[in-house]
Amino acid sequence: MFYREVGEFKTSYPHDSGSFSIRLDKYGYYFILFIAFVVIPLMINDYWASAVLVPFLVWAIASLGLNILTGHCGQISLGTGGFMAVGAYSCYKLMTSFPDLNVIFCIILSGLITAGVGILFGIPSLRIKGFYLAVATLASQFFLVWLFNRFPWFYNYSASGQISTPERSVFGILVTGPNVDPWAQYMICLLFAFGLAWGCRNLTRGSLGRKWMATRDMDIAAEIIGVNLLHAKLSAFAISSFYIGIAGALFFSVYLGAVEATEAFGINQSFLVLFMIIIGGLGSILGSFIGAAFMVLFPVLLKNILVGWWEWDAAIATHLEFISVGILIIVFLIFEPHGLAQLWRLLKQKLRLWPYPH
Amino acid sequence: MEQVELANKNDIVMDIVNVTLRFGGVKALSHVSFNIKRGEIRAIIGPNGAGKSSMLNVINGFYTPQEGEIWFEGKRRPRLKPHQIAYQRIARTFQNIALFEGMTVLDNMMTGRMIYMKSGLLSQLAWWGKAEREETENRLVVEKIIDFLEIQAIRKTPVGVLPYGLQKRVELGRALAAEPLLLLLDEPMAGMNNEEKEDMCRFILDVNEELGTTIALIEHDMGVVMDLADRVVVIDHGEKIADGQPDEVRNDQNVIDAYLGVSH
Amino acid sequence: MQTLLFALEVSINGFMTGILYALVALGFVLIFKASGVFNYAQGVMVLFAALTLVGLQQGIVPFEHLINNLLGTSIHGFGWNMPTLLALLLTLLSMLLLAWLVERLILKHLVNQNPVILFMATIGLAYFLEGFGDLMWGADVKKLDIGIPVGISDTVEQATHEWFGYGFFIDRLDITASIVAALLVIGLTIFSQFSKTGRALRAVADDHQAALSVGISLRRIWVIVWSIAGLVALIAGIFWGTKSGVQFSLSLVALKALPVLMLGGLTSIPGAIVGGLLIGVGEKLFDFMIGSMIGGATENWFAYVVALVFLLFRPQGLFGEKIIERV
Repeated sequence: MFYREVGEFKTSYPHDSGSFSIRLDKYGYYFILFIAFVVIPLMINDYWASAVLVPFLVWAIASLGLNILTGHCGQISLGTGGFMAVGAYSCYKLMTSFPDLNVIFCIILSGLITAGVGILFGIPSLRIKGFYLAVATLASQFFLVWLFNRFPWFYNYSASGQISTPERSVFGILVTGPNVDPWAQYMICLLFAFGLAWGCRNLTRGSLGRKWMATRDMDIAAEIIGVNLLHAKLSAFAISSFYIGIAGALFFSVYLGAVEATEAFGINQSFLVLFMIIIGGLGSILGSFIGAAFMVLFPVLLKNILVGWWEWDAAIATHLEFISVGILIIVFLIFEPHGLAQLWRLLKQKLRLWPYPH
Repeated sequence: MEQVELANKNDIVMDIVNVTLRFGGVKALSHVSFNIKRGEIRAIIGPNGAGKSSMLNVINGFYTPQEGEIWFEGKRRPRLKPHQIAYQRIARTFQNIALFEGMTVLDNMMTGRMIYMKSGLLSQLAWWGKAEREETENRLVVEKIIDFLEIQAIRKTPVGVLPYGLQKRVELGRALAAEPLLLLLDEPMAGMNNEEKEDMCRFILDVNEELGTTIALIEHDMGVVMDLADRVVVIDHGEKIADGQPDEVRNDQNVIDAYLGVSH
Repeated sequence: MQTLLFALEVSINGFMTGILYALVALGFVLIFKASGVFNYAQGVMVLFAALTLVGLQQGIVPFEHLINNLLGTSIHGFGWNMPTLLALLLTLLSMLLLAWLVERLILKHLVNQNPVILFMATIGLAYFLEGFGDLMWGADVKKLDIGIPVGISDTVEQATHEWFGYGFFIDRLDITASIVAALLVIGLTIFSQFSKTGRALRAVADDHQAALSVGISLRRIWVIVWSIAGLVALIAGIFWGTKSGVQFSLSLVALKALPVLMLGGLTSIPGAIVGGLLIGVGEKLFDFMIGSMIGGATENWFAYVVALVFLLFRPQGLFGEKIIERV
């Protein structure tokens, strides 16, 4: 009854193309921002930061990235893990080669480097489509991980083959390294996630976003209307990889602190991000966040219940996780291909008409 | 007086000279020539498989003919990619609706204005400056077309859920959004009932008269064509067999034979 | 001369691996042709078949870890070994059951969906099967032995030693695998060319609608192709499992069938075979000649990169049908 657009008059086109069409949505959004920026940093502890919140934000950025490519532009990629590795290793090389460079710039530059690599591996998308492309992107996955494993230059010839992050601070606050405060870890990821989500929203409601969606829905018609497919697809690859690269850089430098390419950026990570956007919602920004939250929380929950309370083997929890995720993917594809975000939208639609649905 | 005006070279929007199109060994079009004058409704008709759609695809730049020349706005058109041709302001609709199903009516039509959108990546990323300005400017044009086609109520509806007749109208809207110098319609009335056909006819005439858009269309329904078109070109087996006013064409022996299936 | 012979030996070994790739790729092609589904789970089906076979044969109690955890018991195996033939038969039956369930629970609900959606559903299926197989039989590496001879073939080594003065090391398992794979390919070709079901299969592959209209049951055909794919997976699983143990990495090796397919063309059975052999020989030779210069282990990505480069120039693969775009 209170959730409706009656009494809200849009008097200009910019106003009409704004992000929140109903006032309550806007308040809800400000409320969530308040919680995220003010309440959580005050309450956060080490467990919540490292087990839930920081990975959630990092994966949300990766999902945003993949969602641009797959959800908006319609190009499937199974190379997300590989691109995250590019972000992580670029960040490492930048941080160790230029110790004076602010870590924020290192992370952004890593994103740009990943964007370049993304364009390179996106070139085949001009000739091939659908699962052909999916398999072609597997090439980037396997090749990139191999590259970072086999060439010691990338990990500065360290004996373990791992890369570990040096300590860096922003405005005098430590954000990377083993001694970092949980709230600082969380805050830097949150700032990136917020900024990137905002950018993503702007891109997808403007002409570039329409270009991508037109390419996804009907590429030939798009071309005849004046969409340069080359530009549309490569820009999607570039921007998507930029996001994924930043996610990779944060994953390594802020979240884990030390990684090894095969373990941290294997093909399972590519699937993880793909599952996030399927379950969350293809082509939806909210969906990227919901999907990431789900895929981060679900295993934690399962483990806490099965291993923590019932004291089962951890292996069984992992197997059950695989089984449930597999089933969930299939169920979502069959019943709600637009994911949890669509369920949320339907709920809002119902709420808008409530209590007089006809 | 009218004759003199039409004879003026400036009044020919497109001149198709001796076009031949082959797919492998199959000739889809052979030595077809005709022109399209400014402000007219030009119909291309012919039996099934005569090469009408191929003709449209050639005009549109989707196929490149092996022989022949295409003059557009007084200039010989070089070999261009389809998306470059859009920038010459040639817009079209498709025989089987080719809307972007996942997008709203408004977004579909805004996509039609792709060629006018030039803001840079950073501006779009921040939704500031040129990006926002050009979004509003183009929205104004699109809203005018929405009014013109009387589809205000479905502005924000995803096109996938619309009935067929409305989808066709939205597709026309998307083409109009480009403010085309030449509008190509591929069977705009196919699969419609009589009422929808009448609506569509009215829109086509309105577009032609009120907006002054030059139109070339392919249509099966002879009755519709004779009412709508200023001039008709008839294609059969990839060759032009007649060209002229609807009345002349209707009584042309070749045309009657082609439609009745008399062998040559 | 020695290097050349060594390269030849490497190629022959690659050829043998290639046959196994081809075998998995064949499963993909069959399903793709008949149902338009790009079955990502084919690799995991290989693993699942091998796991089931080992589990049955060694008398592992299904879900024993789960049961132990649930009930606090400590079951560890039935304490007997099942005869190999019976285990094989039961595994085959479970693969058929799997095919039937896949049709029932997944494909039926996704008819006429975008192929990409179906592809993603098979990724879900792959995850499910992986977890399910491990939960059922345990995730430890298992040794598969159903009596196929393994080890370096002395006959070949002696014979080649006499002819070239250089003994070729070729595994007897590989020889058996090649023979079985060849027989399987011949058998499938005969089946699809000459049997009534085979004809229906080809009809469906050509045009779903038309096939439906002449009274071919699509769903029955799907169960059949998934069953055949299950059989192929079982055979591939047997050889690969015997070769390198039954474990998770089996499904990754099987994943290499994907680039094989890209190379051969998605719709071509000969393509799958030629593609498999090319990739098998190619990756071994590449690693032998160039791999050592750039850090080795190039087998991880060689197949994919070849497929990617190849697709740039010939998107439909070696034997695939040309894609013509229409408006």
